[in-house]
Amino acid sequence: MIKVKQLSYKYPSGPLIHFPDFEVKGGESLLVLGESGCGKTTLLHLLAGLLRPTSGKIWIDDKLVSQLNNSQMDQFRGEQIGLVFQKNYFIESLNILNNLIVSPYSNNKDHAVTISKRLGIEEILNRYPKQLSVGQQQRVSIGRAVMNAPKLLLADEPTSALDYRNCKNVIYLLLEESVNNNAALVIVTHDDRLKKEVHNNIELFPITNQMN
Amino acid sequence: MIIKIAWKNLIHKPWNTGLCIILLAFGVGIISLLILMQYQLEQKFSRDLNNIDLVVGAKGSPLQLVLSAIYHLDAPTGNISLAEARKVMDNPIVKKAIPLAYGDSYQGYRILGTTKGYVENYDAQIRDGRLFSEKMEVTVGADAALRTGLIVGSIFHGTHGEAIGGHVHENHKYEVVGILEKSNTVLDNLLLTNVTSVWQVHTKDSENKNSIDTLHATTLDLNHAHHGHEHDHHHDHDDLVITADSMDITAILLKYKTKRSIMTIPRFINEQTNMQAVLPALEINRLFYMIGVGGSTLKLIAGGIILMAGLSVFFGLFNRLRERKYEIALLRSVGYKQLHLFSLLVFEGTFLALLGYGVGWGLSRLGLHFLNQQAQHDFNLQFDNGLVTGEGNLLLLTIGVGILAALIPAFQAIRMNVSATLSEN
Repeated sequence: MIKVKQLSYKYPSGPLIHFPDFEVKGGESLLVLGESGCGKTTLLHLLAGLLRPTSGKIWIDDKLVSQLNNSQMDQFRGEQIGLVFQKNYFIESLNILNNLIVSPYSNNKDHAVTISKRLGIEEILNRYPKQLSVGQQQRVSIGRAVMNAPKLLLADEPTSALDYRNCKNVIYLLLEESVNNNAALVIVTHDDRLKKEVHNNIELFPITNQMN
Repeated sequence: MIIKIAWKNLIHKPWNTGLCIILLAFGVGIISLLILMQYQLEQKFSRDLNNIDLVVGAKGSPLQLVLSAIYHLDAPTGNISLAEARKVMDNPIVKKAIPLAYGDSYQGYRILGTTKGYVENYDAQIRDGRLFSEKMEVTVGADAALRTGLIVGSIFHGTHGEAIGGHVHENHKYEVVGILEKSNTVLDNLLLTNVTSVWQVHTKDSENKNSIDTLHATTLDLNHAHHGHEHDHHHDHDDLVITADSMDITAILLKYKTKRSIMTIPRFINEQTNMQAVLPALEINRLFYMIGVGGSTLKLIAGGIILMAGLSVFFGLFNRLRERKYEIALLRSVGYKQLHLFSLLVFEGTFLALLGYGVGWGLSRLGLHFLNQQAQHDFNLQFDNGLVTGEGNLLLLTIGVGILAALIPAFQAIRMNVSATLSEN
């Protein structure tokens, strides 16, 4: 469960941006739509605690995370939040299995094997990130995001670089995993194709329109 | 996991890692070798100096006298007459006097005419057979025995002087009667016999059977030559059998009864006789001072190499950080705290330092091995592979360099703006 109230963020040398209030329950999903430059990624990073809000409150699983300090936030993120980025980032020197269990809060090989079976990547656990196709990399990224059985699953433009078939696969995987983990799923994207799959959505508007 | 990532990162970039390790290894290797040699040289020199307060020999370079008479690393300064030497040896203040007479060598190992007091001075034990007692009987040092293949019962001819291939005294056969246990002293590389044997081989007309008999007949026991003195110093040179006061020896090693008169006897000898007396400890300190200057220069150079290695570790980590910034951001996003990332880079620096030290240590041992072959051949010197405390400090220094080089990249890593890095396209 995630709840956001009167959230705003001031860029270090830029405008103040206000975000609409919303709430997503475990197992449910929300699409945050908007053109690039309207603060979608900023919102996602605020939810993940990678950025700290200027004002407003964020509750995750009834915990007021906007009050945690940096170190507590890092731990909370590691334990309760799963992140899928637009690009697929890996530790290049580790194989896929070790990339799945890289977090200090999800160091369980058996669990990694279970998840990789669910995602159809159990065959490639011994390979290295550079050896994978984009589709495989995407699956590994999703797998890593749910390794800690998160309460909140955040995805940043997970489908923008994918063709229609892969786009569908990825969104189904994300929805499936959010249900499996009873996690609230928040996807920020400008990819309208996702509207068909995720009906609950809010839209952000370009920042200039909000300034008065 | 952090340690695992640090390790895997190093293996992942073998060329970068290799360069850092090689640079570190050279610095460490050179310093380690220097420390090892200096320590062992000092150890060896002080062991061989055991209980010897004064060296008396022919006038010449004092250092040469010490190097030749105590360490057998140099040619002797000349000969002194036994009559003069006896004046010093009989002095009541002398507790122990060991005469040394050089002449021959066998396969490059010096045959030394002396007394059993010389062997006792180093607490050497007999491994095989017994100590020399009669003329032309030889007791062989452990290393010399090993390399020349001499065993108890072997008969051999001495070669005149030190060089291999010199004139061989065909008519004089030495017989090996004993082998010494290894004592890690100068004894290990010597062939010991009594002074008379050396005289016998080198008396001008010694090729003449007659004169040997004469020589033998005129032999007298030093013990009887000075009844008047206290008993305690009789026994120390009672096995020295001399022929006549006109005979020469090469040097005497002296041990005083008290340290009080340490300066008076040398002055007396240097002023009143045509011999010189040298305090070996003083000369050796001077020698080590001179070696130390050269060693310091080399250490400075090696220190420079380690500094370069530190810089290469620094630039290596710093450059890699730029390509690894997404990895760092990813690690933060999966829950690692800033301290974890800091330690990741410090671990990488430490691993590099440890590997560099390990390889450098191996290099120093390899260098020592080759050096030993050379030193064994040239000086009958042998260095051990033992660990030295200085190397422990070197290890700490190397790890310090590794950590220091990692500090700035580590601070960069924790100050990274994760959000901005992940929003980059």
